[in-house]
This record gives sequence, C-alpha cells and structure tokens, in this order.
Amino acid sequence: MTAVQDAPEVAKEIGRDRRRKEDQRLITGRTRWTDNITLPGMLHLAMVRSPFAHATITSIDTSAAKAATNVVDVVTGEDLGEAQGVLINAWPITPDQKAPTHLPVATGRVAFAGEIVAVVVARTAAEARDAAELVDVEYDVLPAALDLRESAEDTVLAHPDLGTNKSALWVFDSNEAGTGGDVEAAIAEARADGIVLEREYRQQRLIPAFMEPRSTVVDPTGEQLTVWSATQIPHILRFALAATTGIPESKLRVIAPDVGGGFGGKLQTTPEEWITVAVARRVGRPVKYTETRSESLMAAHHGRDQWQRLTLAADREGNVKALKVDLLADLGAYVSLVGGGVPVLGAFMFNAIYKFPAYRFAVQTVLTNKTWTDAYRGAGRPEATFAIERLMDELAAELGVDPLEVRERNWIKHEEFPFTTVAGLEYDSGNYEAATARAKEMFGYDELRAEQRRRRDSGDPVQLGIGVSTFTEMCGLAPSRVLGSLDYGAGGWEHASVRMLATGTVEVVTGASAHGQGHETAFSQIVADRLGVPFEDVEVLHGDTQVAHKGLDTYGSRSLVVGGEALVKATDKVVEKAKVVAAHLLEASADDLEFGGGRFTVRGTDQGMAIQEIASAVFAAHDLPDGMEPSLDSDATYDPVNFNYPHGTHLCAMEVDTETGALTMRKYVCVDDIGNVINPLIVAGQVHGGLVQGIAQALWEEAVYDESGTLVSGSFVDYLLPTAADTISFEVDHTTTPSLTNTLGTKGVGEAGTIASTPAVVNAVVDALRPLGVTDVQMPCTPERVWKAINGDGASGGPATEAAAMPHFDPAEPGADSTEGDAR
Amino acid sequence: MTRISLTVDGAKVADDVEPRMLLVQYLRERLGKTGTVIGCDTSNCGACTVHLDGTSVKSCNVLAVQADGSEVTTIEGLAATTGNGELHPVQEAFRECHGLQCGFCTPGMIMQSVDLLKENPHPSEEEIRLGLEGNLCRCTGYHNIVRAVQHAAGAEA
Repeated sequence: MTAVQDAPEVAKEIGRDRRRKEDQRLITGRTRWTDNITLPGMLHLAMVRSPFAHATITSIDTSAAKAATNVVDVVTGEDLGEAQGVLINAWPITPDQKAPTHLPVATGRVAFAGEIVAVVVARTAAEARDAAELVDVEYDVLPAALDLRESAEDTVLAHPDLGTNKSALWVFDSNEAGTGGDVEAAIAEARADGIVLEREYRQQRLIPAFMEPRSTVVDPTGEQLTVWSATQIPHILRFALAATTGIPESKLRVIAPDVGGGFGGKLQTTPEEWITVAVARRVGRPVKYTETRSESLMAAHHGRDQWQRLTLAADREGNVKALKVDLLADLGAYVSLVGGGVPVLGAFMFNAIYKFPAYRFAVQTVLTNKTWTDAYRGAGRPEATFAIERLMDELAAELGVDPLEVRERNWIKHEEFPFTTVAGLEYDSGNYEAATARAKEMFGYDELRAEQRRRRDSGDPVQLGIGVSTFTEMCGLAPSRVLGSLDYGAGGWEHASVRMLATGTVEVVTGASAHGQGHETAFSQIVADRLGVPFEDVEVLHGDTQVAHKGLDTYGSRSLVVGGEALVKATDKVVEKAKVVAAHLLEASADDLEFGGGRFTVRGTDQGMAIQEIASAVFAAHDLPDGMEPSLDSDATYDPVNFNYPHGTHLCAMEVDTETGALTMRKYVCVDDIGNVINPLIVAGQVHGGLVQGIAQALWEEAVYDESGTLVSGSFVDYLLPTAADTISFEVDHTTTPSLTNTLGTKGVGEAGTIASTPAVVNAVVDALRPLGVTDVQMPCTPERVWKAINGDGASGGPATEAAAMPHFDPAEPGADSTEGDAR
Repeated sequence: MTRISLTVDGAKVADDVEPRMLLVQYLRERLGKTGTVIGCDTSNCGACTVHLDGTSVKSCNVLAVQADGSEVTTIEGLAATTGNGELHPVQEAFRECHGLQCGFCTPGMIMQSVDLLKENPHPSEEEIRLGLEGNLCRCTGYHNIVRAVQHAAGAEA
C-alpha cells in the first residue's frame, strides 16, 4: 500500500465508470420499498373502484363490509368530507382553463373506470380486499366521452356541468412572438411554388408501467405526520398535501424510500396518497395502501395520447419554410398535476434542429372519461420529435433524396451556435454533423443502403428499412422565470447542502429524489473531485423532507444539470470557508493559498493542510479566525439560466416480412451528445433503458379502451411490455460539445433515448415499405397493422387497435376454441 | 389454517397459514423476507422469483402450502449458498455490468439468471434472452442484464 500512499495525484472521479453505491443493498434484497414497511398496529386499505367510465352514484351500502371480520372502517367520500382534501393541477396552461374538481374519493359521480368510490380499512390487506367485494354501490350509467376527436367536438360531455370537454387552447406563433415569420403566408407561398406536406399522426396512449407498484404508508402517531410514498416528488407531495388538507407544512414529513422506477409515472400527487393520509388521521393508526398491478395500470396516470395535425412547407430544393402544428391532447377525466403542461413542454421542440423561418403551435387539451394523463418519459418532447422526424423523412421521400441529406440541408451548423430558434430558445452548443458522421460510420450506413437496394431489386419478401432520427430536446427543468412566464405553479431551482463531518467524511444532501438513476454514485463523484476527498467518503442523502428539507425532486432530466450545479455551488462554498481557516492555521495570506487534490498549500512552500484536517479543526473550534462561525457546512439553491439541449443521431435497421407483417430489429446505433459525462456506465444504462421505452411505443405498447370505456389492456398479459427476448443489444457512442449553461458542461440524459428512438423505428418500418406504396404505419406497428398497410391501407396508417382482443370475449361470436356457451 | 414447515434461506420455519396464502405473501408478510417483491398479479413480471428445491419459481404462482417440506432460497439467502458469505457471482456480475437501475426487478432477475446458468453454463446471447423472457425490467432495456449474465458465465467458467 506504500505505493498508493506515495501517489501524489488522485485519479479524477468525473468520467470514471464507477460501480454504483446503490447496488449492494439492491442485489442482496436489503431494500426499503414502501410496501416493505410494517409499523405497530398498522392497518391496510383496499379501494372500491368504479367499473363504469361515467356514472352517477345512486347509493353506497357499506354495512356488509363493515360487518366483516377484522374490518375496522369503510369510508366513502361523503364520510371523509373536507378532510380528504383535493387534488391539484400545478400548471393551468391558460387563465381560462376548464378543470373539474378532483376529489380523492368521488362523490355523486364517477368520471372514469377505476375511480375510487369507497375505501375499506382492515387488519390485513387480504381482509380489506375481501371486504371491498362486499361494498354494494349502485350506479346510473351515463354516456361516456371516450374517443379523443369526438370528445373535442363535445358530442358527449365528460363532465356535463362544465358544458364542454375543451379544457384549454394554448398557442405559440412565431409571428406574434417576434421569433419568426408568418406561417400561413409561408404555406401559401409553398402551395404556389414549393412543397407542402400535410400529415396526421397518432400518439397512442401509453402506460409508464414502473416495476414497483405505487404504495403509501402513513403514520399519524408522531408530532409530524409521516408519509412514506413510492413517489418521484416527496417535496412537491408535501407542499400539495399542506396546501389542500389543512395540515401545516411543518407538521408533515414525506419520505420517498427506495422507489422502483417512475418514468414520470410517479410524478403525481395521487388520490391514493390523499386517501391514505385522510384515513390514517381518521383512525389514528398507521395505514398502508399498496396497489395491485391491475389497479396501477388502470388508475395511475397514463401518458401521450395525442392526435397531431402537421403542415410542413418547403421550397423545391427542400429548404424548410414553415411548420404548423395542431394538437389534440387527451387529458383523461381530470387535469393532473402537470396536465396540459405536457404538450406545452413539446411546443418548443417541433422545430427541433432545423432552421424553420416560421412556426405555429396550437394544442387543444380535451377532457374524456378515461384515466387521467400526465408526464411519461420525455413528456411532450417525444411527441414533437416523432412528428418532425417523420416529416423530415416524408420530405426526403417527396424530394427523392436520402433522409440524412434533407436533414443536413436544414439543420443548424455547428459554427452557428449559440442559435436562437424560431420557438425562442437559445441552443447553447451542439454539433449535429459530428454525431451523424459517427453514427453513419458505426451503422455501416452506405453498406446497409446497398443491401436495401439489392433486396428491393430482387423482390425479397423480407424487406430492409433504415430509419433516421436526428433529435434534440430541452432538458434540465427549469429556469424559474420561464416556468413563471408559462403559468407553472412553482419554480425550477434545486437545493444542495454539503456537510464536512468532524472525521473528514462528507454528507451531501440533495433535493433531487432518485428512483433508480444512480444519484448517490454520480453525485459522490462530483463532490469527491471538487473537494478532493475519496469517493467512498461521500454519502449522498435524499428523499426525506426531514433530511433534505428543500427541493424540487426528479423529472425532466434535471437532477444532474440543475441539482448537480447546486451541489457544485455548495461544495465551492465549503472550500471558500475552509480557505479562511487554512490561511489562519498556516499563518499565510488567503491570496497565497492554492487548493487542489483536497489540500490547501501555500504557494512556493511545502506547507499545506488537507481539507479533512481543517474540518477537524473547525469541529474543535479551538483556534479559528476571530468572529468566524465554527462551521464549513454550506447550502446552495441554484436556479438555471437556460435549459440544455442534448442531441444525437439514431439509426435503426428493421427487417419487415412483407408476407406476414412480422418485424425484426436488426441493428440500432445511437450517438448522443450529452456534453461532459460524469459516469459513462450510468449514462449507458440510461440510454439503453430509454431506447427500449421509445422502441416499445413504436412497436408494442398501447393502452386500449373498449366502447364502454373499460381499459382492456389492464394487466401485463394485455399491455405489452417488451421482454429480453423482444429486444436486441444496442451500439451506443457519444460525441461531446460541453453545455455552456452549467459549470460541469453536462446535459440531461434520462429521456434522450426515449425521445429519439420512436421515430427512428417507425421511419425504418415505413422506409422498408415505401416502394409498396406505404407512407405511414400507425403506432404501435403491430404485424397486423403492417400487413394491412401493405395490403391496401398504406396511406392511412392502418386501423385503430382492436379493442376486443379475442373474438370469444363477445358472447355473440364464440371463438373456435371457446368452451363456454352464452351465459344468458 | 394449515400447518407448514419448510427451510427458508437455511433456517427452519413453521407456521399456520391460510390455504390461499401465496408463497410470496408468506415470505414477505410472515417471515419479513421483503427482498422478494411483488410486481404484478398475473405472474408476468417475475419480480418474485425464488428457488424452490433448487429450481426457479415465481413465488406468486406457488401456494405457501405447496412449499411445505421444501427448501426455499430467496435473494437474501443467495450469497450464503456460495459458502464463503460473499456475493454470489451473479449478484457481483449485475453490479459489475450495471445490470440494475431501480433494482425492483433485480431479485427476480438474479434468481432466474442463477437458474438459467445452472441449466446452461455457457449460454448464447439468444439463450440468455429467451431464458429471461419471464422477467420484466423497465429500466435497463435488458442490454446490461444480458451482459451481466454473460459476465457471470465467464466468471464461473
């Protein structure tokens, strides 16, 4: 070990593929999932949920359930009254946005299948569920608003008292904003002498489907009411509970222990959380609620669900002139926490990396009688990227040129940064040429194009398609002033504290709240480098409002670029404070001190002190400069000045069996520019996982409702999450242009893979089939849809997904293998 | 109530259980073996995978009474089966290859991978992918899980 001690320089932590600190407990099962928590005298909840999409509740008879063994209480919304609080929408996107009141337990009327109408409290979860079956609820079924486009016409009202299903119309127009020209004029010009593409794309409804079902435990027995919840947002949850239940914020402690994935799906304040709090206060004992997977799929918020009407104008050479976007976005039955803000987050991204002179975006949010929708990985930006990247392929087809060529003609050149876009954002850095060149090389682009030509010429029944996606996104939510200008209800800053302990180890507190991302490891690397202490000596604390008292949590690829920057600033303050002590103890002027590798040294001498020694001296406080507070601990709250803009080039090769519609992914290459990388191992994991979620939207996943508003993909049997056998290994690389908007030069990476991959896959499928007259395949590109597109439905994108998955579900048409007759 | 006695992670246990109680509920609620988790209600996700008499099973698909007289190994007892008290090579491989993120599917993934490698010590990538088809992960895209199993196969060779 002598050699190690003699080594003068510690290896830099930033950029190392450190194995994760989190893993030891996770791979040995020593975990603290919310559902693992058991408290003395704890009771369990089961929810009684509406089977109808829209109905009046005429009566609720709880007597049989109340009489069941070990049942403690059965409560309705009326029983809870005002104590149950109300669920909030933090982002009213327009001043006149229409939003129905959202009570945790419905009273009088239910607005989607899965809405809670009564709650059973029992000694065990099994007994609670048994008794839930005994609650007798009578309903008068009402007509349900289900189809998004029909609902936008107000054919059937989701909430009759609102008088309309239209919640809000939000518009951005570059001509009005002064960031660009007049879209209509540019389109008219292109109609006369140019190219106008008009397309309509469907963003199907998706389910985030985190692996850990949501769970909440509430302990009302302490001075602070303690709430454990499987949430991404403990701080926002605490704020919203205080704001709506009358419990003082100072009397609330929220803990997000180990949280098993989120992907936006746990960026919510939920009826189940509010109910567990209300019941715990009512019965005065600890209470737990853990949802089943079926409940999770039915009642936890869904994502996407838009119709996109798009008009792209270009000149005859393929230079883009205007982009007009008209969205219908399905909110579901209630306006959720972010709600209509999700499509608004996409509003600035449809123009993407291209130099459009004119741009207009409009979204109409629509209430329906389906599960509410909110953020799902990417939140607005996947929808935008899909639309523009599909359109750029269509433009290339119109011109008869390679899809990369038409992109290069229109994208921002690397020497043009910083670049202010037609949507008003300033892109600080990027190099689309470099990422694309590297991706083409890794992919073997020219060889695969040659193979594609051979297969086309020989009429191979298995055709090869090549899909391109040159994406960018905005991440690092968010500059508070920007959020304010968009009427969001909170800021976008993040908080960090750094505490030097007496023995020289370091506690770091972050307001970001990890749920699988690896913050404990990556943040340790940042602090270890900056303070010059060993990686192992840094402990990252988060996810408990008693420990991390201040924060805005984890979503929108913000933890590193906003939370990491707060950490840098707090760490730098520690060094500044320590420097004063070092100067005092070394009897030198602070101006003569240098700090590096964890040591203060007096320039030109061999005198120095380690920061750990200074921490000990400050702890003892025997000999400090006059008037100095005996503490090095430092806080920082950082509000970003800009977003940051990761980008990349993704290339996908799909083989399409034209006889059966079967699809096989052959190769997937992505080269992402995410700025400087703290931990390449963690980054690769984020990219892989993101890719599969985006690919799954393209190929497999969809939340499907039948004509009565029942979610028919309400279990993992029916909602097609990909398995290891469905997916391939990916080829991932990076080019690097450091971000200029934060000290570390980093950009977000959590959502990039999901944002980029969906259009790459669909473009590949369409590319394979274009010679057969197919110009679109609606997502998910199932073999059935692909086959139908080949056989005569090529321009429409194919039919909607069949709600009746198996014919024998219909008693009038028993399937061939059905053994059951008509029950009536 | 039915009396069952079995060995779980090397310890002899006995309890009266309801006939309908699932093995996973027994492990979690009666024994406090919360390392084994529940991710679905249709036996699709595999998060609850344990070894029953040396073979992987989804413990949501086995009644506690069916485990009477059996030997059950969970993620919490896996390391001890190596005899040296350190991590099982498959656990180590998952860490080494970043085969987990949130970690919720990980106990099941590891237990299934151990069983897969027991049956086929040198699987191809395709054999690994097919062997893990009954276990869902939402974080990793499976890429590094496959790498981890390959790594473990190499390490055990």
